[in-house]
Amino acid sequence: MTNHSPVRIAIASGKGGTGKTTLATNLAAYIAEQEEVVLVDLDVEEPNSGLFFKGELIYEEPNFKMIPQWDEPKCTFCGLCQKVCNFHAVLQLGPTILVFPELCHSCYTCSELCPTEALPMISKRTGKLSNFRINNLHFVESRLDVGEEQAVPTISKTKQYSNENYAHLRIEIDDCPPGTSCPVIEATKNADFVILITEPTPFGLHDLTLAVETMRALKRPMGVVVNRYGIGNDDVIRYCQKENIPILAKIPNSRKIAELYSSGKLIYQEIPEVKELLSTILDYCLKASKGGIA
Amino acid sequence: MKEIVIISGKGGTGKTSITASFAVLGGNNVVVADCDVDAADMHLLMQPDFDFSEDFYSGELATIDINSCIRCNKCAQVCRFGAISIRNMQYVIDPLSCEGCGYCARVCPTEAITNKNRLAGKWYISNIKTGSIMVHARLGIGADNSGKLVAKVKNEARDIAFEERKDIILVDGSPGVGCPVVSSLSGANFVVLVTEPSVSGLHDLKRVYELVKKFNIKAACIINKSDVNPKKRDEIVGFLAEENIVHLADLPYDENFTRAMTQGQTIVEYDKNRIKPLLTASWERIKQLVIT
Amino acid sequence: MKIAFTAKGTAWDSMMDPRFGRTMFIVVYDEQSETFSSFDNSVVENEAHGAGTATAQKIFELSPDVLITGNGPGSHAAQALKQINIRIFTEAHNMTIKQAFEKFKNGELKEI
Repeated sequence: MTNHSPVRIAIASGKGGTGKTTLATNLAAYIAEQEEVVLVDLDVEEPNSGLFFKGELIYEEPNFKMIPQWDEPKCTFCGLCQKVCNFHAVLQLGPTILVFPELCHSCYTCSELCPTEALPMISKRTGKLSNFRINNLHFVESRLDVGEEQAVPTISKTKQYSNENYAHLRIEIDDCPPGTSCPVIEATKNADFVILITEPTPFGLHDLTLAVETMRALKRPMGVVVNRYGIGNDDVIRYCQKENIPILAKIPNSRKIAELYSSGKLIYQEIPEVKELLSTILDYCLKASKGGIA
Repeated sequence: MKEIVIISGKGGTGKTSITASFAVLGGNNVVVADCDVDAADMHLLMQPDFDFSEDFYSGELATIDINSCIRCNKCAQVCRFGAISIRNMQYVIDPLSCEGCGYCARVCPTEAITNKNRLAGKWYISNIKTGSIMVHARLGIGADNSGKLVAKVKNEARDIAFEERKDIILVDGSPGVGCPVVSSLSGANFVVLVTEPSVSGLHDLKRVYELVKKFNIKAACIINKSDVNPKKRDEIVGFLAEENIVHLADLPYDENFTRAMTQGQTIVEYDKNRIKPLLTASWERIKQLVIT
Repeated sequence: MKIAFTAKGTAWDSMMDPRFGRTMFIVVYDEQSETFSSFDNSVVENEAHGAGTATAQKIFELSPDVLITGNGPGSHAAQALKQINIRIFTEAHNMTIKQAFEKFKNGELKEI
């Protein structure tokens, strides 16, 4: 390894509720039995990983974004700011300039093009980043404030925080948001390996195909974990074979797993078979990632 | 005309299976709108014919005309999103990074950059197996799920329901608590919350209900897989009582949901003995509650 | 008094558009001069974000005394409209501009 950064394993899925958080938390806790590891919850709209750990809060900071602030005495009411804002986040209503922070994309256009420097950029809180520690497990999550609409800048800041603080670790696990829209792109675009978790059902297959297309657009190496294997049919397996996507593990369908999950318990600690699957998944990810140690 | 929205906060609770069941029970009188556009699945159960389709544009995307570009680098300097880079001696824009703010176009001395409308997906009107109509959509990869496509799907469904004199619009809502679910709820008459008795299920139910309260919409709840964790189920029932949310039904953990899905059927078509009576009673109750 | 409507067309018998930000037209009726003017708002339809504030800006320029719409403006648009001295009435769904005007005159619309 030339640069000292952890192997980033991102866990994603086209659809919500397929077991993303379950896999992320179990995998991270399993790794932590042997070495220090960081788990980052990038699902900033619905961070749920933290529900599975009761750790000690070691650090907290607000997340910020940059927005323009009207400096009234300097303003000549030329109207340029309103004209150049493609997001309608700056309005000129008579003798007032209104800035709508939630609509602002922090592009700096109005601020830098203002002829009288009447819209300097200032920072505004958008949420909170928290860092917990449970023995070997470091856990980082960001939570968007309610009403805040843009997840992407917060995801990017959270990744940056982890980079700055955990460069010395060997492995980072990222719990990503569901879907195929911008937040997933931001969360997975520099991952060393992406695990797509799905269910062997028609909904699962349909959403998996979308997730695969997304990861191919990003040119990320990936593998599939089939959750609740045994229900539904084999279409997901056949699809993966046809598309040459490795299946890393099949987690069996079991009511016991559903029950453990529902009480917020880690599954592998109770079911040895799952522990073996985690070991197989981890080995594969590390081998397939850059600089991975077999 | 009444608009009923089904939401869940968390994914994987059975929201779409239940919505599709209500669509079947409601039959010809119900216009369906699939607003879960980032992972639209309901069409897999409704046999849509994709009768009408249209491209959907949202936001803007910068494009460079390399013939006019003098490689002054001004665009790359002002871009805050790292979307402009040099590849093979030419300036290129990465569409997945470009936010469409237009700053680059404004500073380009030769007007080589223009902002174009961004293709963000497709939307459809279909005839479905219930004899009614469904409006649905597919968001493009890396598109911004701003809620605009959700709003489009809902408005088309409203127009169709109005013109065809249908009584009910049934909306499969978006997950989460962000813009898309806000668009799903806007203008609704009634909300059905679908949850499951798990730590995350209850957590997300509470979060999404905060939003429902802001809209001041009457709500009811179905607890799916209720027997998986009786203690959590009781906790949810307690929450519903506290918030005055109608508790419609407890559905047992049942793999017939998946078996039905693999046949392209809804659970009420597949399992007529165990689940269908429960969902039929829920649907009748919802209709009563919506009218009063 | 000048009254603005969010509408799908530009005639008295056009249907109201329940949306504020993404309304197809803004129609203004001037009671004094009994004249009708309209503004095509379809450019805003393509906006991903900020449709509400963009339309609020337009309302400001048209400077009506009253706004009649369906769902009501969202939080950003409402904040912008607060800067303007305007009364806002909502819930004019599924009716023509004319019907909405009559309901307004009879005090049957909800003021926010």
